[in-house]
Amino acid sequence: MDMNRTSAVAAKPVVPQDGDVGTTVPQVASPRPNVTPPVREKIRTEKLTVFYDGKEAIKSIDLSIPEGMVTAIIGPSGCGKSTFLRALNRMNELIPGTRTTGKVLVDGINIYDPAIDLPTLRKNVGMVWQRPNPFPKTIWENVAYGPKCLGVKSKAVLDDIVEKSLREAALWDEVKDRLHSSALALSGGQQQRLCIARALAVEPSVLLMDEPAASLDPISTTKIEDLMAELRGKYTLIIVTHNMQQAARVSDYTAFLLMGELVEFDVTERIFTRPKRKETEDYITGRFG
Amino acid sequence: MTRKRQELLGKGFLWFCAVVTVSSLLLVLAYVTLKGAPGVSWNFLTASPEDMGRKGGVFPAIVGTLFLVVLGIAIATPFGVGAGLYLAECVSRNSRLGEIFRFGIETLAAVPSIVFGLFGYALFVKALKPVTGGTTLLSGALTIALMILPILTRATEEAVRAVPVSYREASLALGATRGQTVFRVVLPAAAPGISSAVILGVGRIVGETAALLFTLGGSPLVPRSIFEPARTLAMHLYLVVLEVGAMDMGFATAFLLMVITLGLNLAVDAVSRGK
Repeated sequence: MDMNRTSAVAAKPVVPQDGDVGTTVPQVASPRPNVTPPVREKIRTEKLTVFYDGKEAIKSIDLSIPEGMVTAIIGPSGCGKSTFLRALNRMNELIPGTRTTGKVLVDGINIYDPAIDLPTLRKNVGMVWQRPNPFPKTIWENVAYGPKCLGVKSKAVLDDIVEKSLREAALWDEVKDRLHSSALALSGGQQQRLCIARALAVEPSVLLMDEPAASLDPISTTKIEDLMAELRGKYTLIIVTHNMQQAARVSDYTAFLLMGELVEFDVTERIFTRPKRKETEDYITGRFG
Repeated sequence: MTRKRQELLGKGFLWFCAVVTVSSLLLVLAYVTLKGAPGVSWNFLTASPEDMGRKGGVFPAIVGTLFLVVLGIAIATPFGVGAGLYLAECVSRNSRLGEIFRFGIETLAAVPSIVFGLFGYALFVKALKPVTGGTTLLSGALTIALMILPILTRATEEAVRAVPVSYREASLALGATRGQTVFRVVLPAAAPGISSAVILGVGRIVGETAALLFTLGGSPLVPRSIFEPARTLAMHLYLVVLEVGAMDMGFATAFLLMVITLGLNLAVDAVSRGK
């Protein structure tokens, strides 16, 4: 990728120091790749390894993801970014031949514990994919689907949830007059925001985003990035992206994965200005990847 | 011979095959229409057969066909769709179990209908006579339901497997259970494929004769319950031509059957093209 290091850094907003999540971004470089941020830890992985047909897709990843922040996972194609993301809500299990070892702690609870209730976990850890995947139903039905599955029956309550979620996803004004027409008639960017609204409707605390803007045009991409900035703070966002400018623009922390291993994890600004590992520097300066 | 002439010759041969296929079909259609259409009148559709079917109409056979279609579909659909759903959702495509099921279903689909007729006669008409009442609509519907199960099962499995995995993932990621995902997202998305299969099943019931000769009774009266014998249009056609020798009534019935089949095919087309 043709990556201009200076502009990427210039485009990054000041590293947020959001008071209400009690953040103070450390200004000194941590001596270890796996820094422990001085904010509340939302997700922690311990020796997380995922096998596809016996082959390790990600290898023994230890990572601590801070609450209410945007964490970007970057790395070249096939480095295990998506596998890592899908391990955080146990989506990998839908693919036959997958095996996971190690731990993923969400709010201190290991989600790979056999006693974990999968629907509850996935309600709490929502997900948005690269290709918008609205159901072939109306806009209203798409957003109301999750709450309905969780047992909300009242039409009035559902109406409120639909409006609130669509507003949160910055889509309400564009669709409020056609809530009952097909979601498939929306543009790609609108469909993606609908998918975000649909995910927000079940009130998750974490939102996993797997290259959420990779199939969208630049204007829609900007909207999605603005939306991430809006959602930051209320939700813990983890975003996989192969677009390094995007990672630099939207994230507070960045993890760099290479061939299934975590190479470096740090405050985004530092990853993009003073990476500690040569592999990271090579990747972000576009020498490979 | 030059390569170009070889090409032309090959293409010409294929063209000839296509012409033979289409024209033989048209020939049958045209012949049946010419011989049968004049015999179809309001009276033909609404009157009962007289003089063993030499005169009168086919009203009881129309009612019998309708009864049998509704009953047969009602019996077969839950099991066929359920089995297809099980194969698609719970059995991986290449597992041993899946192969056994699929082989069984394909074999079932290939069994000659007269064999189903014999089986239905032995089980439903004879052995279960206290329940079914002998040769009745119920016995016929149970027999024909067995025959259309493979169509429904295969089509449901294919339609469910064709639902994009992204729908499933999206639903599960929202905290929906597997059952909610299947019934609220996967099945509705697969509905056009399943509906097409149901209509194909209707076509099979409308066209079936052999198995029903054993089980349905062939009564020329309008059936009043599922415990009475009846006849379908296809059976009526067979009976009036081979047992009475009324060719004109046979052709009129054949024309009617053709129109119904054409309608069903158009319906399959419309449904599978969606919405």
